[in-house]
Amino acid sequence: MARITLSNLRHSYLDNPVSEDDWALKQLDINWEDGGAFALLGPSGCGKTTLLNLISGLLVPSQGDILFDGESVTNQTPEERHIAQVFQFPVVYDTMTVYDNLAFPLRNRKVSEDIIAQRVAEVAEMTDLTGMLNKRASGLTADGKQKISLGRGLVRTDVNAILFDEPLTVIDPHLKFQLRAKLKELHSRVSNTMIYVTHDQTEALTFADTVIVMNAGEVVQVGTPKDLFEKPAHTFVGHFIGSPGMNILPCNIDNGKAYLGSSQIKTDNRATKGVTNAEIGVRPEFVSFESKGLDVKITKVNDVGRFKIVEVDLMGHSVKLLMGEEQSIPAENAKIEFNPKFTRIYANSHLCEQER
Amino acid sequence: MLELKNVRKSVLGEVHIHPTDLLLDTGGFNILLGTTLAGKTTLMHLMAGLEKPTSGEIWFNGSNVTGMAVQKRNVSMVYQQFINYPNMTVFENIASPLKVGCILPAEIKRRVGEMAELMKISPMLDRRPSELSGGQQQRTAMARALVKESDLVLLDEPLANLDFKLREELRDELPKLFKERNCVVVYATTEPTEALLLGGKTAALHEGRVVDFGVTGEKYRQPVDLTSAGVFSEPPINTVSVTKRGQELHLDYGTSWSIGKSKLPDGNYTVGIRAHNVIVERSARKSIKISGTVKVAEISGSESMIHFDAFDKSWISLSQGVHIYESGEDITLYMDASHLMYFDQNGKLVGI
Amino acid sequence: MNKTVNQKAWFFVLPVLILVAFNALIPLMTVVNYSVQETFGNNAFFWSGLTWFQEILTSDRFHASLGRQLFFTFTILAIEVPLGVMIALAMPRKGIWVSVCLVLMAMPLLIPWNVVGAMWNIFGLPEIGLLGKTLNTLGFDYNYTRQPGDAWFTLILMDVWHWTSLVVLLAYAGLVSIPDDYYQAAKIDGASSWAVFRYIQLPKMKRVLTIAILLRFMDSFNIYTEPSVLTGGGPGNSTTLLSIDLVKIALGQFDLGPAAAMSLIYFLVILLTSWVFYAVMTRDEED
Repeated sequence: MARITLSNLRHSYLDNPVSEDDWALKQLDINWEDGGAFALLGPSGCGKTTLLNLISGLLVPSQGDILFDGESVTNQTPEERHIAQVFQFPVVYDTMTVYDNLAFPLRNRKVSEDIIAQRVAEVAEMTDLTGMLNKRASGLTADGKQKISLGRGLVRTDVNAILFDEPLTVIDPHLKFQLRAKLKELHSRVSNTMIYVTHDQTEALTFADTVIVMNAGEVVQVGTPKDLFEKPAHTFVGHFIGSPGMNILPCNIDNGKAYLGSSQIKTDNRATKGVTNAEIGVRPEFVSFESKGLDVKITKVNDVGRFKIVEVDLMGHSVKLLMGEEQSIPAENAKIEFNPKFTRIYANSHLCEQER
Repeated sequence: MLELKNVRKSVLGEVHIHPTDLLLDTGGFNILLGTTLAGKTTLMHLMAGLEKPTSGEIWFNGSNVTGMAVQKRNVSMVYQQFINYPNMTVFENIASPLKVGCILPAEIKRRVGEMAELMKISPMLDRRPSELSGGQQQRTAMARALVKESDLVLLDEPLANLDFKLREELRDELPKLFKERNCVVVYATTEPTEALLLGGKTAALHEGRVVDFGVTGEKYRQPVDLTSAGVFSEPPINTVSVTKRGQELHLDYGTSWSIGKSKLPDGNYTVGIRAHNVIVERSARKSIKISGTVKVAEISGSESMIHFDAFDKSWISLSQGVHIYESGEDITLYMDASHLMYFDQNGKLVGI
Repeated sequence: MNKTVNQKAWFFVLPVLILVAFNALIPLMTVVNYSVQETFGNNAFFWSGLTWFQEILTSDRFHASLGRQLFFTFTILAIEVPLGVMIALAMPRKGIWVSVCLVLMAMPLLIPWNVVGAMWNIFGLPEIGLLGKTLNTLGFDYNYTRQPGDAWFTLILMDVWHWTSLVVLLAYAGLVSIPDDYYQAAKIDGASSWAVFRYIQLPKMKRVLTIAILLRFMDSFNIYTEPSVLTGGGPGNSTTLLSIDLVKIALGQFDLGPAAAMSLIYFLVILLTSWVFYAVMTRDEED
């Protein structure tokens, strides 16, 4: 287990990167505390897999340093870094039994068979593989194989961090759910540093204590799931996290206050002086029908079972609201209000930091 | 209109589809909802004519098409894997189904252009599939399936391999796309939420059987039986056996829940309650208390999913807001009696 | 998946059926016919039952050829398979050198068989052949037309040169199909390169290697052209493999009956051994 520090890190797949676009990963400084559960979240091509490979040592960064507990490991191999990784497509040693698979990393490190037997038994118990130890690994289902991959990481006592690269991709949806909870449970039991890469917000938010949202090779925000949800630092985060994403409406600024048309919108923050491209961001969860407020026209109601997604037209802009199963939708003269505590002004897509 | 009449399919003595009657209409989606291996793909192949039913008949717009080759039936299909011709450009890919008939080049150009516009891939028409992102590749595959104006369009988990946000976007666009068309649309998915978002009608599949069929939202609220309720629930529905006596439900371990007045006769039932109706916050209406031990709590920013053990069973709660619990901690949650679903000894829904 | 039944389709298969009948069935039936008959010329044939089979199966000459054949086949398998796998492992997986290597590897396979025989025939000549002359200059007493050991050495070397490429190409195809994730996982698990080979590469190559071994087994058991051109079975009978012996009996001595019986036995031996091979190699696939 280790604290992981990324210092001034940059990476390009090209030998001589010239323009900003040539960098797969732009300038990065992050400090990950020991024993935490972290997630790297972003759309495909945002650089999250590159970052993961840099941490595991499968790639060497073009620039900058990676430190484990303050010591540079930048030029070390994955093996020297003591990293375990679970891949997108399950990797198991087909010809071995489940037991031998779990024992493999220990045998390679010349651990005695007594200790191996004891460690494997413990890990098998944690990962619910006890009943299958003597089966051939190739005969297991995808979720079983992923548990083996994970088990091979857990079995080692010298592991600095366990990395997950979209580990639930090939798992059946109804099993995803169980495996996800299992990972979370395991983290609380073994308290290893775990880093989880995914494009699925639910997976990232439920797994991690700290989520790193990435876009186009840059870190857009680092925060707890609650932060990311309630106070996105960038409109991208607002849009990417939450389903449906945040409503983003262009607005006018006067004296630090936001206006939609002629109506002032109460917000949690104030615009900094001289901002351009100002927008209001508010999540569908924090928009509600009220007796007074902004006049809207309801354009679409989508019943999703436990809640409803209502789409309304507000001065030519589409706004989404989330409503509980039992809340009713006004038949006519619909008016909406934004919860001021969760309504914020963004300038050039960034949150205006100055608090009210 | 596509009609399956007592269609059954077995392969080497193993039943893949139990006898099924199904009537699918044009306008709106017909969703096949079920887990992997529930029989969704087989059912689609039977509809398309890629497979022949072991017994039973398939009728399309008033004529019997059982056993008719797929080439003769104006059908298009979109798969989970994006299937495009790798050595053709996007334009050629989309145009490929039109090349078979005798359509003028100008007309082909117009229709491909229109389709590309709709799918938002117009700027990519000259590229090859390998130069596109996953989402663009799947849009190309969809455009190809839609360009020929088929009578029957089958979409087999078309969004499963796409990024989360892209899935959300396409889910929004798809119903609009089919609105104008006069064709039967069948859409297979494993996710109840996706079925609800797309609307239309849903057939719940379980182990090769259509267990329920009807308007998606209605069936979600009033599934015909416990199996259907399971298919429609994500996270899984919580269930517990109870004995109803008067205004009380008696559980094992000496617990009883007071439910107020109910027209349901006394007796033994299985009660089902969805995760979002078992919640942390107490309110006047939430009169039933349930205590247990937390296994794990997952926070998703706006919601908390709490897995806990109670009555020797695993339960799941989905509560609004952030609630942090350590594993092993005791927890008390609340339920509203009006959200309970009652299933009789045969699993049939008898009351809500 | 169900296909539409269309009787017209048989029409398209007909030419193939006729061709197969002329090429395989009729000759095969003729051979079966010969094997149970005795002839004294003049196209007069007499029923002889299983006499020829008995004679062949108990003859020392057949045993000797079969022994030589088995020795040849197992020797070349023992060399070509490990060597082929080693070369495949050493080949680059990416970059421009891939195609260069592949073309080089495919080269020997493109040369007609009798040309291979003729090439090595000249190559090995002690007075003028590059190989023969070099070996003799270096002080080895090498003469494949006179010394049985040298004949075997040349024969095996020729086959290894000609056919190892096939094993290389198949093994290489198996290797490149292994996803990078497996290698990365092995690195992370701290596996040695031997462990990577033993637990990842070998299991993933198993299918193609089965095919490679089977092909090489059948081909080498059938081999005729190259040894016939190279040594003609000599010196003496020292490199007379089954096929060469068969031709000697059938065409050299014109003993049609014994030759026919021998070819049937030959055919059955190959069929049986291939089947056993295949069954053993795919035995534990289904579990």
